[in-house]
Amino acid sequence: MEALLQALTFSGGYNARVVALGCAAFGLAAGALGCFVLLRGRALIADAAAHATLPGLCLAFILAATLGWNPRSLPLLMGGAAATAALGVLAVGALARGGRLRDDAAMALVISIGFGTGVALLSVVQSLPVGGQAGLSSFILGQAAGMSAADALLILWLAVAALLAVAVLFRPLAVLCFDADFAASVGLPVRWLDLALLGLMLAVTVAGLRAVGLILVVALMVVPAATARLATERLSVMVPLAGLLGAVSAWMGAGLSAAAPALPTGATIALVACALFLLALLFAPARGVVAFALRQRRLRREAA
Amino acid sequence: MSPTPSALELRNLSVAYREAPVLQGVSWRAPQSGLTAIVGPNGAGKSTLLKAALELVPRLSGEVRFFGQELRQARRRIGYLPQRASVDWDFPATVLQVASMGRYPRVGWFLPLPRAERERARAALAEVGMADFAGRQIGQLSGGQQQRVFLARALALEADLYLMDEPFAGVDAATERAIIDVLHRLGRDGRAVIAVHHDLATAPQYFEHVCLLNREVVAAGPMEAVFTPENLSRTYGGRLSMLDEAALRPSSPLRQPLRAVP
Repeated sequence: MEALLQALTFSGGYNARVVALGCAAFGLAAGALGCFVLLRGRALIADAAAHATLPGLCLAFILAATLGWNPRSLPLLMGGAAATAALGVLAVGALARGGRLRDDAAMALVISIGFGTGVALLSVVQSLPVGGQAGLSSFILGQAAGMSAADALLILWLAVAALLAVAVLFRPLAVLCFDADFAASVGLPVRWLDLALLGLMLAVTVAGLRAVGLILVVALMVVPAATARLATERLSVMVPLAGLLGAVSAWMGAGLSAAAPALPTGATIALVACALFLLALLFAPARGVVAFALRQRRLRREAA
Repeated sequence: MSPTPSALELRNLSVAYREAPVLQGVSWRAPQSGLTAIVGPNGAGKSTLLKAALELVPRLSGEVRFFGQELRQARRRIGYLPQRASVDWDFPATVLQVASMGRYPRVGWFLPLPRAERERARAALAEVGMADFAGRQIGQLSGGQQQRVFLARALALEADLYLMDEPFAGVDAATERAIIDVLHRLGRDGRAVIAVHHDLATAPQYFEHVCLLNREVVAAGPMEAVFTPENLSRTYGGRLSMLDEAALRPSSPLRQPLRAVP
């Protein structure tokens, strides 16, 4: 309990403060960007990209170990993760082009190939005569504890950069998500905007790997956005609200897992986000279950 | 280049989805202004023609000119009204926000809309009879109201040429009336409207020109000269229903009472 309070009140020392801040910044960026990912129908591509980071993480580790660099360097691992995730996203596009394969089948295929290759490469990594292999598994389920301040700062800056890009592109992205043909007809560079959205999604995914892990990183893009959608009918409210929910989830989740180190951070963060979603599902003003039931009852009484 | 360039000129336009060609060597000069219907059976490539002209789908071959210019130079003069069913109406936006999308191309995408611009979007909503719904969430609208909001967004573009994909699809009589009033106002103002239209009975009353399309242009020109039973049966390959044919006869009761449309 004391550890939890310490983590949540940023009083656990400089390192813990920076880590909590990095997690919260990641949650903010993931929540805000997640709205556009969701409205553009890209949630499953985000998941495919996340699973396709594993081979990149392993390859970066192997490369570093072979060349005698530090195989636990976060920028290096993030670079590798981003490279194979980008390949995965491109593969989904290529497989689904011209209706060759349904979108969902293409994504399932990329998840299978990406994660399968990654797990196979993990066993290669285990056999390498260097230390630090255990660190890699924290990228699967997430482990905020033991993150260095430098790593947390890197995550923080990546998240801030992604947030700025979302703020600048807010309106073009909104029009793209609502009506891509209209957006193209008035001269918006639809192809580039979609690429920017995918690029930001990759950046946020990679930023979240260390703390949340690749299996659950998509949760922080989808769940806060879905929660915010239940609570509001305005995109200009939904995006900041989803960011706030993401930040709170990441910060509380990181605190919880710091208090109970056996719990992977990814799980606690996702569970906090899902608890908030459940609250909104029940009590959201217009779309909530309770509001819906009350409305139905009133209508029935009026009709009777 | 002719002295009065056509609003939309297609030269040998071909489009294919996967293997099957949808449009084959379509050449057509739309009039410089006024209302033109694109009429043809399902799968004739009517929507595809609009989309290919706007480069929303890739062309196999052919050239497109708007007022004698490339799309890139003429973009500001063109307004597109997509099919209503092509978007997600559960999107978190208000009626006024959707109409305002028609102003951003002129004022830029990165700053809040100035008050005067928002008033122009409001005026567009008023013209389609949706002013009272400005603050309404778009998901709460009926199909006809959605179509009016789409039309308001197009009007807010203040274009010289409008390309409309089935503006009357799935709307009630009152909305159809409201939409045709707006189209006729555009025509009187010297704008050009090219609309995909399905209803053969109303086509001659609503539109001055017609392009009969079935993968290629069967016939095109002034409505009276082109909209003949012979041309229509060539367009539809003899698949016209009795009711459609009855509507086409000059003395048809389906046709006469509606003739009073301005």
